[in-house]
Amino acid sequence: MLRSEQKPFEEIEGYLKGDKKVFILGCDGCAQSSQTGGKPQVLAMKELLEGAGKKVTGHTVIDFLCQKALVASRLRPLEAQVMEADSLLVLTCGVGVQSVGAMVPKPVHPGCNTISLGGSRGEWRGTERCLECGDCLLHYTGGICPLTACSKGLRNGACGGASDGKCEVSPEKSCGWELIYERLKEVGKLDLLKQFIPPKEWNKQRPRPEMLSTSLWALEQRNESSEEDRG
Amino acid sequence: MALKEALESGKFVVTTEVGPLKGTDTSEVMEVAEILKGKVDGVNVTDQQSAVMRLGSLATCSLLVQKGLEPVFQMTCRDRNRIALQSDLLSAHVLGIRNVLVISGDFPSLGDHIDAKEVYDLDSEQLIWTINQMNGGQDLAGNELQGKTDFFVGAVVKPVSDTDASTELQLAMMEKKINAGARFFQTQAVYEADVFERFMKRAAQFKVPVLVGVIPLKSVGMARYMNKNVSGVFVPEPLIDEMGKAEDKTAKGLEITARLINDLKDMCQGVHIMAIGWEKKVPEILKMAKLA
Ligand code: SF4
Ligand code: SF4
Repeated sequence: MLRSEQKPFEEIEGYLKGDKKVFILGCDGCAQSSQTGGKPQVLAMKELLEGAGKKVTGHTVIDFLCQKALVASRLRPLEAQVMEADSLLVLTCGVGVQSVGAMVPKPVHPGCNTISLGGSRGEWRGTERCLECGDCLLHYTGGICPLTACSKGLRNGACGGASDGKCEVSPEKSCGWELIYERLKEVGKLDLLKQFIPPKEWNKQRPRPEMLSTSLWALEQRNESSEEDRG
Repeated sequence: MALKEALESGKFVVTTEVGPLKGTDTSEVMEVAEILKGKVDGVNVTDQQSAVMRLGSLATCSLLVQKGLEPVFQMTCRDRNRIALQSDLLSAHVLGIRNVLVISGDFPSLGDHIDAKEVYDLDSEQLIWTINQMNGGQDLAGNELQGKTDFFVGAVVKPVSDTDASTELQLAMMEKKINAGARFFQTQAVYEADVFERFMKRAAQFKVPVLVGVIPLKSVGMARYMNKNVSGVFVPEPLIDEMGKAEDKTAKGLEITARLINDLKDMCQGVHIMAIGWEKKVPEILKMAKLA
């Protein structure tokens, strides 16, 4: 299971500063079991946003946001609501936010930070990858993860190594930052390139003990130790 | 004169660079230093260039300081985390080094230790920002320094790109680096004055000195190799032709370099000569370009 936690509301509000209308997306996969992006959290977020003066054009929960094809087919009936919004707030893991970003020509904002506790992750990865960094930056990068799309994981922008849109590491790999540039251009958010991203707090990537204690991993630890007791 | 003062004085500034060898033999670097002394305003020392392991930039810069030169300590983000980077900066200050040039650094798979773990704990913008924190007396974690640093910070930019995205990103990065504290730029090698002019038209708004990069051509093969393999370097066909027809390739290469410097001179604040093996010929190039 992929574990996430919700970002503080102030941070989410900051992302949405210029946006009046928002569409909220939740996930019935890992985010539902993490209690960060299931139906109750989507409804709670709707209230918070409306309390902050936003119009919520619509909301829905899709089984697995990490599956792009599913995202596209489930959003089709809601197209009018989605397109009416200035942006989408996505309450799920980094892969889910990226797959929504890839399918919808609107800015996407991550509502959660992704922290993995190991084990199987999102089931339907396409080209999207998440390093489970614990402090999601997708808001600044047009919904494309700079930590995985860029070979060096640069947070503030491109190095000087790209040739013909390909990364210096391999002519088979697109330069992640050129992809980010194109996406930001498409959704009209090029000004985000000017935003300085401070040094990353890698400490946030490490799962905290209380998170471990709620995971299957912890259950296993318990089983193993009780077996030892018996042994 | 310090590089910072040279740039502030408004004169056309000249920097060049040396690359330490793999091993403890410093005789070549010291010979070059002797020849360059008093002839250039700064000497970059590359940091594990092309991700090939060599003698360090820090130690080599320190040797240059002892010789009375003005070194520019190149620092890549590839090999050290924030603890090691900051510690090396403190060491550099103590050793009398005052200029730092920040670069991301080629990916390890491009070098001679392809299995190395890449670091990039900080990216270029974040490292520039960190150095400015340290100049202000604080480390990155906000702790007070017992004795602050005093660095003049530079960064790099690629004036010529092959995609619109890359062109726009380079300008955006340049602005971000300035906001983070970069006070001068050295560029990737340029061979076409008109293309550089287009870049400078947009970069001039930032009002930060730009030292245009030049690499002396040594052969047709070198030009073709760079066109194929070095990001941001484009040697135009007429120049390759000119090189091909010349009997004395060395003389031709030097002549082209001097001519290029003159064509580019009025658009920027200085030149950065990356001689790649021809370090000892830099004074000759300067003479030919009427800069010495
Ligand atoms: S920034 Fe990337 S690695 Fe971090 S949580 Fe978001 S998608 Fe995952
Ligand atoms: S070329 Fe692009 S993807 Fe590759 S390391 Fe540089 S910025 Fe990142």
